Amino acid sequence: MPPAETTVAQPEVTQPTAASVGVARATPTDTVGLGRARAVAFVTPALVLIGVFLVFPALWTLYIGTTDFRLTGAAARSPSFVGLENYARALADPTFYNSLWLTLIFVLGSAVIGQNGLGFALAWAMRDAPRWASRLAQTLVLLAWILPSSVVAFLWIAMLDRDAGTINVLLGQTPGVAWLIEYPMVGIVVFNIWRGTAFSMMLYSAALSSVPPSHLETARLAGASGAQTLRDVVLPHIRRYALTNTLLITLWTFNDFTPFLLTAGGPGRESEIIPVYIYNTAIIGGEMGYSGAISLLVLLMNLLLALVYLRAARTGQRTAA
Amino acid sequence: MNVAKAVVRRILVYVVFGFGTAFFALPMLWLLSAPFDDPPTYAVRPPRNFSLENLSQILDNRYAVPSLVNSTLLSVGTMVLVVVSAALAAYALSRANVPGRDALLYALLLLSSVVTGTAAMVPIFLLIYQLDLIDTHLGVILVLTGGLLPAAIFLLKDFIDTIPRSYEESARVFGASPLQILRHIVVPVARPGLATIGVWTIVQVWGSFLVPFLLLRDPDKQPAAVLLRTFYTEGGSPNLGLIAAFSLLYSIPVVLMYLLAWSRYGFRFHGGIKS
Amino acid sequence: MQRSIGWRRRTLATFIGLLVATAATTGCLGKEQATNGDDNADAKEFTLTIAANAIAGGKNAASAEWIENWVIPNFIEDQKAKGRTAKVEFQPSGAADEDYKSKVALDLRSGSGADIYAIDGIWVGEFADAGYIKPIEDLVGKDKTDAWEGWSQIPESVQGNMSYNGKRYGVPSGTDGRVIYFNKKLFAQAGLPTDWQPKSWDDILSAAQTIKAKLPGVTPVQLNAGTAMGEATTMQGVLPLLVGTGAEIYADGKWQGNTQAIRDVLGFYEKIYSGGLGDPVLQQDAKGRDKSFQAFAEGKIAILFEGDYFWRSVVEPEKGIAKMADRDETVGYAMIPAMKPGAGIRGQDFVSMSGGGGHVLNPNTKYPHQAWELLQFMNSKEATIALLGGSARITQRQDVNNEVLAGDPMLSFVSQKVLPLTAYRPGFAVYPRVSQALQQATLDVVSGKSVAEAAEAYQKAIEGIAGGADKVASG
Repeated sequence: MPPAETTVAQPEVTQPTAASVGVARATPTDTVGLGRARAVAFVTPALVLIGVFLVFPALWTLYIGTTDFRLTGAAARSPSFVGLENYARALADPTFYNSLWLTLIFVLGSAVIGQNGLGFALAWAMRDAPRWASRLAQTLVLLAWILPSSVVAFLWIAMLDRDAGTINVLLGQTPGVAWLIEYPMVGIVVFNIWRGTAFSMMLYSAALSSVPPSHLETARLAGASGAQTLRDVVLPHIRRYALTNTLLITLWTFNDFTPFLLTAGGPGRESEIIPVYIYNTAIIGGEMGYSGAISLLVLLMNLLLALVYLRAARTGQRTAA
Repeated sequence: MNVAKAVVRRILVYVVFGFGTAFFALPMLWLLSAPFDDPPTYAVRPPRNFSLENLSQILDNRYAVPSLVNSTLLSVGTMVLVVVSAALAAYALSRANVPGRDALLYALLLLSSVVTGTAAMVPIFLLIYQLDLIDTHLGVILVLTGGLLPAAIFLLKDFIDTIPRSYEESARVFGASPLQILRHIVVPVARPGLATIGVWTIVQVWGSFLVPFLLLRDPDKQPAAVLLRTFYTEGGSPNLGLIAAFSLLYSIPVVLMYLLAWSRYGFRFHGGIKS
Repeated sequence: MQRSIGWRRRTLATFIGLLVATAATTGCLGKEQATNGDDNADAKEFTLTIAANAIAGGKNAASAEWIENWVIPNFIEDQKAKGRTAKVEFQPSGAADEDYKSKVALDLRSGSGADIYAIDGIWVGEFADAGYIKPIEDLVGKDKTDAWEGWSQIPESVQGNMSYNGKRYGVPSGTDGRVIYFNKKLFAQAGLPTDWQPKSWDDILSAAQTIKAKLPGVTPVQLNAGTAMGEATTMQGVLPLLVGTGAEIYADGKWQGNTQAIRDVLGFYEKIYSGGLGDPVLQQDAKGRDKSFQAFAEGKIAILFEGDYFWRSVVEPEKGIAKMADRDETVGYAMIPAMKPGAGIRGQDFVSMSGGGGHVLNPNTKYPHQAWELLQFMNSKEATIALLGGSARITQRQDVNNEVLAGDPMLSFVSQKVLPLTAYRPGFAVYPRVSQALQQATLDVVSGKSVAEAAEAYQKAIEGIAGGADKVASG
């Protein structure tokens, strides 16, 4: 039954044909009869905004990556084209590889394993939990996502503070470990798990609710344990969701600048993930050209990751029963 | 045996919940205690010296409350633009099988990471300068919209993909125009997804620092995200009291909005009618 | 299928079109802004904007309040008395220094923004090279520039902070100086003079040896080293020593590489840290600098190289972060000696380093003459005193210093004796990286590497930073 608010135009002729009502003919690829013209019209506003405010500056930035442009100094007045020199420099620069390596750890630890795992665990547990517990957990997890970055940065700086932070108080040691100085990567990984689990949790919640109850019922009747049901019934169904989720949070985490507010990439360069590296190169070092080149390399890496996921998604589809 | 299994499962569920709740709640406690503490520290504890001094100092600050208004303007403005244009685009991309649309979406998603990074700072500034939109809220809204649209379209398209086309097809047969279908059939069903994208956009803009910082000059136009970073003492160290108090004020609107959206629309990434 | 090919072609065409458009417009990356021929010298009505990294209720609040509550109303009054209607606005900011710098650079680059900007002295060089700022005389003429009475009150060396290639780009506002502090009580116990003024590096070393021999348990010298202390290592440690050898970190188009001067400086570090005259472990502690302050206040460090900030805000008896109630009797101060008498830059026997900021004019301002008048007004004697708000700080003007510092012997000492000797850091964008290389070199020495090794590694680093061996002085 269509939703109550539907209003449908009443045709004036008793035998409406597509042509008489003036709409495009529905085709197999266009079942709702959108028509080329209208599809283009619908997409245009977004496309214009994206074209002017996203694509144009992005391409410009990538072009800057082939120059020695700086924001100040002589190279600001007359930048020169240096071609692939910035790229050669990046690929030979140990600080770049350091940053890359730290970013991979950050993404793997906090997103692929952390947010995915915790998000799924929470979604799974919420199916069986009493409603009030579910709502409470959901609210808290979402709040962590909703609060502005600058605020959550302070919350965690307070949490991890050496002298009065909550963690050290709970561990009974004040002053205890200066977490953000001695274990900066651990700090930002845990922080990011806290920050971003909400997205995965919501997605897995929806995914789990889309598993047909009949399948679960069958598994239960067949005597499968919880773990087996999980592995054989649930996971195959949500595989596509899992991959989309992982792809998105990978891309987002790869480019997340917020850890800068906790450690500023330090001490030294110990937690200098790529977004912080780009910031340090561009703003502190003033080397816009070099940071533009790094941005392109980051883009290529993201592309690589995306292709890996897409490949996995496609093979999954082929092997699925 | 089954009882034992059920009990173990229950325990596991409670453990996960207990841990989850504690893990997520703990850091937020600072926001509830520090603003009222005088002098404030990083500790979370019932205020040693309950005082409203920090809050009153914030309210006296001539930029504090206007900055919250500015944040609201920017967030709501961007949200409207993003939701409307993303909904139209996502619907068209979902229903009309345009070749290469997936590749296009992924390409845009990848490019959005370039433009939200620091390296794009100069092009964005010069672009907005050429458009004569420096020091305007519109300039900020347009730039933020550009950066958020790819992900918004991506998510919405996924959502709309799961809405069965049967209703639209029937409406077609009855002669409704695509715009009418969108408005009266798709949008109501897609409300949770639209609400999610709306909330997500507001949250992203509410916390956005770099773009407003670069593009705005008049202090009366600054959003709260920029103002929060200015609370230092003369000696150069962060003024915890003001920061805590302002953080609380700064967080309340988004939390309220989230609760509102959640209770009315629910959050979902996948729509459709349950079988 | 034909339709899909058409789509592909179209997308490709759009993409190429965008690329071409991008390449074309990025030509304006390097364009200079055309200057306005008419400079409104006689305008009777005008609006000016001052921009600074200060905001009421936040960062540098005192400056912000001074601009809003003193400068602006008083300037408007002053102009009214001269028959002109002035409108002055303040554009506050409260960002991190580097973020503010980027914002100012973007404004100046696009030819827009405020008329007067507060900037850090070390940005002057790079801004000038980029064409973002111009010498004051280019904007209002040499006569009008030189006519200001304030120049005679600001020492040449301090003017150097806002100058580049011998031309004045702005007016400095406030500065500081570095000295050697020593604990008079410990000196008396060790039999050293309490009015100590070392005349060479050897004097420092022999005093330190005496302390080590007579007062076990007291660290003789704290000379900042290592990367944990950041710029404090360079400004309080390396650079004062370097200028004491007669060399500047950047001169004649070249940066100091593996030169005798650098080896001398690193050698001094080696003598201190390998000779048991300093605490090597403290240098890499994350809170090393703060801990060294605490240690000095408790009488555990005898000699400390620091700026006047230490006197004013660290060991200050009431509000200091490591306060010493008996500061005035216990803490002695002396000028930093050159390596040997006469070996310092400009042939000086004593040296120092200073930092500080100032104000510059926006070359694209519509009212350059009026802006220059406002700039002079902001740096007049009354304005400078007003900014201090009663506290004793070193300002850029000697007449103000003589008046407000009369009650503080140490600050008067710095103002009168140290400022005329001081030097400033070179205003180049790569300086922070050079500074890091210097810090690394000291770290190498403190951790036990030989001076030769550390200097060689430093040379390599500088060559990479400066962009080639031809931009580095070595030997």
